[in-house]
Amino acid sequence: MGPQAKTEKVVHLNTMKFNINFFKYRFVAFLFSISLMGLSAFLFLTKNLNLGIDFKGGIMVEAKFSEAPNLAVLRDKIDKLQIGNSEIQEFGDSNTILFRLEKIDDSNMTQEQIIQKLKNELDDDTDYRRVEFVGPKVGKELKSIAIKAVFFSLIAMFIYIWFRFSGWQFGLGALVALFHDVLSTMGFFSLTQIEFNLASIAAILTIAGYSINDTVVVFDRIRENLVKTDRALEELLNQSINQTLSRTLMTSITTLLALLALFVFGGEVVKGFVSAMMWGVLIGTYSSIFIASPLILFFGFKKIEEKS
Amino acid sequence: MLKINKWNVFFVLAVCVTAIYYIIPNIYGKSEVTALPKFLSQKQVNLGLDLQGGSHLLLEVDTKSVLKEKSEDLVDDIRKSLRKSKIKYSNLGSKITGAVVTITDPEKITTAKNSIKENIEKGIQIEESKNKLNLFFSDQYIIDTRANTVEQSIEVVRKRVDESGTKEPSIQRQGEERIVVQLPGIKNPERVKALIGRTAKLNFHMLDPTTVELAEQRGKLPPGTFKALNSDPTAYEKQFVVKKRVLLTGERLKNAAATVDAQTGRYVVAFEFDKKGAKKFAKVTTDNTYQRLAILLDNKVISAPQIREPITGGQGNISGNFSPEAANDLAVLLRAGSLPAPIKVLEERTVGPSLGIDSIQAGKKALVIGFILVIVFMIIRYKAFGIVADFAIIFNIILLISMLSAIEATLTMPGIAGIVLTVGMAVDANVLVFERIKEEIRSGRSILNSIDLGYKFAIKTILDANFTTLIAALLLYNYGSGPIKGFAVTLSIGILTSMFTALILTKLIVTFWVLKLKPKRLYI
Repeated sequence: MGPQAKTEKVVHLNTMKFNINFFKYRFVAFLFSISLMGLSAFLFLTKNLNLGIDFKGGIMVEAKFSEAPNLAVLRDKIDKLQIGNSEIQEFGDSNTILFRLEKIDDSNMTQEQIIQKLKNELDDDTDYRRVEFVGPKVGKELKSIAIKAVFFSLIAMFIYIWFRFSGWQFGLGALVALFHDVLSTMGFFSLTQIEFNLASIAAILTIAGYSINDTVVVFDRIRENLVKTDRALEELLNQSINQTLSRTLMTSITTLLALLALFVFGGEVVKGFVSAMMWGVLIGTYSSIFIASPLILFFGFKKIEEKS
Repeated sequence: MLKINKWNVFFVLAVCVTAIYYIIPNIYGKSEVTALPKFLSQKQVNLGLDLQGGSHLLLEVDTKSVLKEKSEDLVDDIRKSLRKSKIKYSNLGSKITGAVVTITDPEKITTAKNSIKENIEKGIQIEESKNKLNLFFSDQYIIDTRANTVEQSIEVVRKRVDESGTKEPSIQRQGEERIVVQLPGIKNPERVKALIGRTAKLNFHMLDPTTVELAEQRGKLPPGTFKALNSDPTAYEKQFVVKKRVLLTGERLKNAAATVDAQTGRYVVAFEFDKKGAKKFAKVTTDNTYQRLAILLDNKVISAPQIREPITGGQGNISGNFSPEAANDLAVLLRAGSLPAPIKVLEERTVGPSLGIDSIQAGKKALVIGFILVIVFMIIRYKAFGIVADFAIIFNIILLISMLSAIEATLTMPGIAGIVLTVGMAVDANVLVFERIKEEIRSGRSILNSIDLGYKFAIKTILDANFTTLIAALLLYNYGSGPIKGFAVTLSIGILTSMFTALILTKLIVTFWVLKLKPKRLYI
């Protein structure tokens, strides 16, 4: 023990010790979260999601022009083609235009003919960066696959946590927090009108994974403290959150830093995905601190010692 | 007690060697890699279509139309066999998968049944009720027919794609009646799509001397004829009256090629029949000299030449108003044969080469900058331990890429995003350990003891926390398609490698550092 005691004196701890009474704020947090979920549901119902062709079906063409085209003129040209409803927007820079065409079911034109018609209308030196077509059948299938994927992953996580922490209160607390994260992320998509596509589903599942990761770390500490101390449950929860807070914040920051780099430099294609992820990291961190853990108490979890 | 575990040292070294072994081939280009010595790995990370540019097509074979055709053929077979055995019948007609017929004399129903049975395929079953015969395809027959149709379609599509000069195409069956076609680096997807989608049924008929105008004046077509459009809408003759009887089909073709006609200087498609076809063609051209032949592709007339003399060599030219590409495409279609059923494009994703290159550049930039941001932050926060964690991140990326190469995974843009995300999330395991060590030190334990306990306590948390993320990633892999699958793959492997680097690699480094180098000061 001799040499160890010596080194101990020269340990330089970069301290970040927290002692915040999270429990005190639980009703404020609940109120905030309920309003957030309500707002998300409201936005989802009124503004709806800006569904991409992955789910809606249709044609999407990303074209880069040699010089910035006049959008109004372009819109006029496309309207004259009579190839169904179209949306035209800049994508990343003013030279790049994203066309989204709704494929009309009863028209006898195939999507190839529609794409060809559009291409004929544009300059020859146009660079077609992306051409995507999703038929209505596949769109429907992708939709049901997406719903299944999100549903099953929530259920799988719920079951895992239930068993791992031997208490349905833990599982349900995590599940409610997850639902909160997923719903508010949908609200985020509605509010920003960022295109909702397959990548958005990937974002939602990753957010769910990230959020549950945070939640598990806190739960794990609660479990450990339950064995170690015989403090009141409220105090114990608070202590556990505080003990893991510095880690929770650290990981959120490094993840956000990586996401920031992707947002700024990763290109237009992943921008929607990345911004949803950033929102998700924030909301996931918040929910594991303010929602998941207090809910365990709310659901009536009691220490085993108290019962016996 | 904290000590250097020999097995862990051995394990880490083994992982390092394996990682280097698998990462080496990625330095080389695709063609150079095959030239590497045999003892080296030749597996590389594949670039997804969204990064290298190319087309992804999801096709559906309309197998119902084949069953419908078979049902109609069945009606013909029934008619023939009943006529042959002179049995009177009524209400003969086809169903979606089968046919029905009513036998006028109920006593002859068994004779009728037996006579029909001789002339139909095995998988077709007959049920009798009163004087009605109900013929239907057995389930196995339907399954086999559909499977055969899809198999044949895949063959034809493969031939057409190969002939179009696409490099390294991938054509695979998906589900029951779908085909996934992947065409990396394709320059003109529209053309290949047009090639794939054509049924390309080539039929030789005779043209009826009646003109369309004359038929319209009379108000009806001559018996046994039909009206067919000209495939070239700009031509002078817009429509033709064609005799119904099919004289020859494209199945009898042995070869076809686009050439320039020596006399006219125009592009034509030269074709050659097989032996049987040549014989038939000779007979047709002998019997119908000076009349006009009608060559129909998918029920549109592509050429209607006059037969000037009997053609006995089995060779001929199709001369339409062809551009060089059109002549070439037609030759490709004729060589590859016709599709047994119509094909529909359900989904298409095409990425141009410029976007692919931009995406790779953007991905690299984001990775490097995200990486720098995270490592700087870690050093600020954890000092020397931060450097250890940074080392773990670097190792983590190397390990991740080497594992992607080992399984020859496909890297997509979302996949790159997954790697960048891993950089941010991979430090989590280390952060969990470091924070725990700090806590233990704070509670008054010795350094060695704290480090030991820090790892011990954190392991359980890390496993639990990562397992849930892995659940999300695996479901994403299961349900996702293409690029999204790529994301799920990098994310899952990233989680696994980060557990390894945090629990084994950095533990070893920290232990070695504290035990052997005995630092005078410890910053954490």
